[in-house]
Amino acid sequence: MSQRNRSGLPGFHLTLGYTLLYLGIIVIIPVGGLFVRAAQSPFQELWRLAMNDKAIAAYQLTFGCSLIAASINAVVGTWIAWVLSRYEFPGRRIADALIDFPFALPTAVAGLTLAKLFDPHGWLGSALAALGIQVVLTAKGIILALTFVGLPFVVRALQPVIEQLELEAEEAAASLGAHRGYTFRRVIAPALFPAILTGFAMAFARAVGEYGSVIFVAGNKPYVSQIAPALIVSYLENFEYDGAIAVALVLLILSMLLLLSVNLLERWSSRFLR
Amino acid sequence: MKIGYVGAFRSPWFGLLLGTVLSLSVQAKRIELLNVSYDPTREFYLEFNKAFATYWKDKTGDDVVVNQSHGGSGKQARAILDGLSADVATLGLAYDVNILAEKGKLLSADWQKRLPDNSAPYTSAIVLLVRKGNPKGIKDFDDLARPNVSVITPNPKTSGGARWNFLAAWGFALKKWGGDAHKAQEFVTAIYKNTPVLDTGARGATITFVERGVGDVLISWENEALEVLHGKEKDQFQLVVPSTTILAEPPVAWLDKNTKSHGTEVVAKAYLEFLYTVKGQEIIAGNFYRPRNPEVATKFSGQFAPTQFFTVDELFGGWNKAHKTFFAEGGVFDDVLRNGR
Repeated sequence: MSQRNRSGLPGFHLTLGYTLLYLGIIVIIPVGGLFVRAAQSPFQELWRLAMNDKAIAAYQLTFGCSLIAASINAVVGTWIAWVLSRYEFPGRRIADALIDFPFALPTAVAGLTLAKLFDPHGWLGSALAALGIQVVLTAKGIILALTFVGLPFVVRALQPVIEQLELEAEEAAASLGAHRGYTFRRVIAPALFPAILTGFAMAFARAVGEYGSVIFVAGNKPYVSQIAPALIVSYLENFEYDGAIAVALVLLILSMLLLLSVNLLERWSSRFLR
Repeated sequence: MKIGYVGAFRSPWFGLLLGTVLSLSVQAKRIELLNVSYDPTREFYLEFNKAFATYWKDKTGDDVVVNQSHGGSGKQARAILDGLSADVATLGLAYDVNILAEKGKLLSADWQKRLPDNSAPYTSAIVLLVRKGNPKGIKDFDDLARPNVSVITPNPKTSGGARWNFLAAWGFALKKWGGDAHKAQEFVTAIYKNTPVLDTGARGATITFVERGVGDVLISWENEALEVLHGKEKDQFQLVVPSTTILAEPPVAWLDKNTKSHGTEVVAKAYLEFLYTVKGQEIIAGNFYRPRNPEVATKFSGQFAPTQFFTVDELFGGWNKAHKTFFAEGGVFDDVLRNGR
């Protein structure tokens, strides 16, 4: 390919080289290292450790709760992004800044705060206990923590898209006789869908890997309330390095497949929905 | 300038400074020890370390600072294996020190014979802590298997105390049903079915029960339970001592490989031997551990309720065997959780 780089800035080869080096050191080598380490253990042993019923229960819990949390965030996050981008109201900028809070807060602090709040002695926990609802130490607690840490992803993915939506398109639809619901379905939603999907995927990926906040609110009981990252730690603490590697590998592969399918879905949606 | 520069070395101030530095380095050697311990020994070693520092200062003139690290016993053993350079390990159970000998080659395999009483200068019982008034009417281990009781105990995979708890319940069942292991497993499965949470260490479980308000009963080290009952929340809880329970023997050991490289062999050994002195035993008893020394034990007998004890060696053939049967990957504990979900 002898196509010339048309960029106004010089140094294409140099910057590309650094980009690849950086990606190599930060991403590819550590991830590759996991595969190399796994290759040193007998496959059957890895399979047994990664696919026993305890591990499968952990995957179900992790992916189930992450899916629910990311879905909640997709709906609520779209709503919040819409309100923050379309309407002017007092305190808008503060509300906007608050969205980033789960990003900035150390996850352990988030977990501790949620636990304090929802414990049987806690503020909300005691009220909920009176209604017979227990949040901490159940799947509800895990979903709560994952929803908290995933909130910014959908909002931040959507905001620029909503801001760039042309009001004229909505006006044109209205002047051609489309009522509001129809305009939303056929004009607004298709434009937002890829961004919602991106936000959903990022919130989901974050939730699958989340550890710090969940261990405070989950019961961490194998088969019942132990998430997959906690299972990795538990394997490590028992000197079962193969087990930790095996579960880590499963998480990695599942996350990659997920990101891949979301990418495909995004591409498909931006081609056919417009 | 040049004269002034040389002159500085001749000034009396310099001599004074040099003298101070030299005499300091000769007089008070400052020695640091790292004691890596398990979860509920924080307060005990805090007090003991001060007493030892005084004793060592009187004896040798050296200042010794003992740094402490605490966490679930198994977790701590792994931290040492991963490079935490402990001079002494004071862990929750002998198995975790065995690991340091086997996998880390940090001390010789016969370490338990180096100090009296199997290298366990203090013991404890596994007891039950319930909420005030004992609303669920818990009197013994039997009651933990009832369906409406919520039990708090840490995860035996990470916590030494949790392993003692598990074996205490199992041994209780063996004694009750004439050594029927099948019955014992059913009984213990019913107990673990009642656990809403498995914390990584004994202190974490105590916090879950005491501070977070989760559960009806905490299976606990006796010293940890007595600590709670002498603390600021003492009016909210009461102690239930089971009819039969396990004698928990937390061992202590210096780690030859590390003490050699730190040059702390003598002081590390003296530190652990000080645990066996009357002074050491009194601090032990004052922190609610059961002392080995008979006179100290008599003096403090009022604070420990009488009960029937069995040991790991008697019922389970020692820690290595118990670990393999119950707590290793794919062991009985995994079945207990699987069947009790």
